[in-house]
Amino acid sequence: MSSTVSPTSGFWKRNQQRLAPWLFLAPGMIMFAIYVIIPIFQSIWISFYDWDGLGPKTWIGVANYVELLDDEAFYTSLKNNILWLVLYLLAVPAGLAVALFLNQTVAGIRLYKSLFFFPFVISQVVVGLIFTWFYAPDFGLLSALIKTLTGHSIAILADERYVTLGIIAAGLWPQIAYCMILYLTGLNNINPEQVEAARMDGARGWSLLWHIILPQLGPATFIAIVVTVIGALRSFDLVSIMTDGGPYGSSRVLSFYMYEQALSEYGYRMGYGAAIAVVLFMIMMIFITLFIVRMLMRERHA
Amino acid sequence: MISFKAATGLVLGYALTMSAAFAGELVINSDQSDPAPKKAMETLLEGFKTAHPDVTVKWNNFDHEGYKSAIRNFLTADAPDVVAWYSGNRMAPFVKAGLFEDVTDLWTENKLDDQLKSAVKSMEIDGKKWGIPYSYYQWGIYYRKDIFAEQGITPPKNWAELVAACEKLKTAGITPFAIGTKALWPTGGWFDYLNLRVNGYEFHMDLTAGKVPYTDPKVKAVFEKWAELVKPGYFLENHAAIDWQDAIPQFVQGKAAMYLMGNFAVAAMKDGGLKDDQIGFLQFPEITAGIPMAEDAPTESFHIPSGAKNKEDARKFLAYLATPEAQTKMNEVLGQLPVNNQSAKSEDPFLKAGFEMLANAYALAQFYDRDAPAEMAKVGMEGFQQFMVKPDNVDAILERLEKARGRIYK
Repeated sequence: MSSTVSPTSGFWKRNQQRLAPWLFLAPGMIMFAIYVIIPIFQSIWISFYDWDGLGPKTWIGVANYVELLDDEAFYTSLKNNILWLVLYLLAVPAGLAVALFLNQTVAGIRLYKSLFFFPFVISQVVVGLIFTWFYAPDFGLLSALIKTLTGHSIAILADERYVTLGIIAAGLWPQIAYCMILYLTGLNNINPEQVEAARMDGARGWSLLWHIILPQLGPATFIAIVVTVIGALRSFDLVSIMTDGGPYGSSRVLSFYMYEQALSEYGYRMGYGAAIAVVLFMIMMIFITLFIVRMLMRERHA
Repeated sequence: MISFKAATGLVLGYALTMSAAFAGELVINSDQSDPAPKKAMETLLEGFKTAHPDVTVKWNNFDHEGYKSAIRNFLTADAPDVVAWYSGNRMAPFVKAGLFEDVTDLWTENKLDDQLKSAVKSMEIDGKKWGIPYSYYQWGIYYRKDIFAEQGITPPKNWAELVAACEKLKTAGITPFAIGTKALWPTGGWFDYLNLRVNGYEFHMDLTAGKVPYTDPKVKAVFEKWAELVKPGYFLENHAAIDWQDAIPQFVQGKAAMYLMGNFAVAAMKDGGLKDDQIGFLQFPEITAGIPMAEDAPTESFHIPSGAKNKEDARKFLAYLATPEAQTKMNEVLGQLPVNNQSAKSEDPFLKAGFEMLANAYALAQFYDRDAPAEMAKVGMEGFQQFMVKPDNVDAILERLEKARGRIYK
């Protein structure tokens, strides 16, 4: 850098103030462009082709999207994605409940906290395997329990009615832990004077929680919802580990279907996979836009 | 994708600069990650080194599942000299994309058309040969001899006897057939055999080649036979939740009495504690009388990528692989059947039975997911699995398969 700041370079001196921020931003922006922005447009571009990844590409216009509209498997995935989105959000209130429960000073509370936090630390693959065994017919704990209670066993992961619910339940375990941590941090920052003042005014229990605590947890709630929504939309690993999309494709979600079509052993329809990815991207865009608009409004108010 | 292309270019550039330094080195990529195949490959390589001491072999052994996607990358980016792959329709995309080398000359030079006769059809595309097969294995019904004796069942020879045997077992509280369909492909074995026995080899090949609609009444007839086993509950319950290995314990514990599988299942059954005399092997019984019996016998093979740098030594390797001696030694370790008909015969009772069956077979099918294109196989086997859970949905399933057929075979 020292050579560019030499007295001979008048240009740099004149524009230093204006250029410096861009120079600092450049590495990040280049990375972001290469790994995020350009691939997005490439995906959109590939989605108009019929391509197996090896041979020549053939332009087929919107044919991939037309086919999607008439594809049963696509609707199954879409339906499951919505189910994921709705049920996964249970992690937010559940995380809050656990956080409120753990936000007290008793002997050994650190141990309890880490036990609750544990599922978030272990890999999703391990979570998936644990729950697969938990659900396994014949020797799984849950099926054994159901059998003693009702007399007949249910193979959750082989039944199209329960399979997605079973996977979501597995996903909620680490997600609740994540939301809990977010709320625990939030609870630490609560203004004790406000709580005291509210108590003096006679607020207790639910009204204290609703009117005093929750408003102060706003930022934590916001982040918790954002990460949960994104987590629900990119749910892939658990589906892949626990069922591989089965039985007969009934537990697929969009991200898994995209992978299956474009990259799996029986797939290699890059164009079709890209079209699914574009649809998933559009759905994500709705949420991302909402969040960004909200964030900008907040900044303006602040 | 730009970054991918750049990376490919880098790898390619690197490979080009490196290749000069390693002339005379033979690079082999394969997926023999399981213990027996790995040992068999080591045996083969040792034999090759003795026969050709001037060639240094570099063997990259991949994980079995990862290999299936890795091969697409290394064939286009940095091709080795020899690759393991499957015959039939599974190699068609690579052949059509010009990624495999035509090795018809090897076959003519070494008179392999005669020695590897049983695999000629599966190695041929557009009248040329694209690799050398070295091993295959039979499919059939493995059954518990002791349970059959206990229940007074003689090995069924035709469909009526098979259904009667199932009924008897079911009444005795034993599930007739073990199966685990989580990975989908075990359902393909059932469809293959039912179709081969109901409609015959030619129809099966026409169907997997996309020439016949899935809504054809002949296909429907196959599912009607299948329903005769599915509806009374002759298959393991919850099969969609388990893999084929998970069904083995049921067979070993005597909770299930039969298993339609490839010969590799015998090793797993013996590991589970069964003795040779407890396991019997049974050719899939006749359904439509008079139809010549064809069998499923998936073949394993090696190929030369068209981008290979050392094709001369690669040809030497494939020529060695084709010899009866090499195939005898390798398959002894592998516990499978050599393709070369001049190889020494195995003493293993199951391999002997399999050899006899295949030698007299009318024709050999590769397996549903190798005979049909990969995409069709996926949709098809998913439909088979659904049928095995919900046999009443057969019409909806067949319509879905037909729709997929219309799209996939253009």
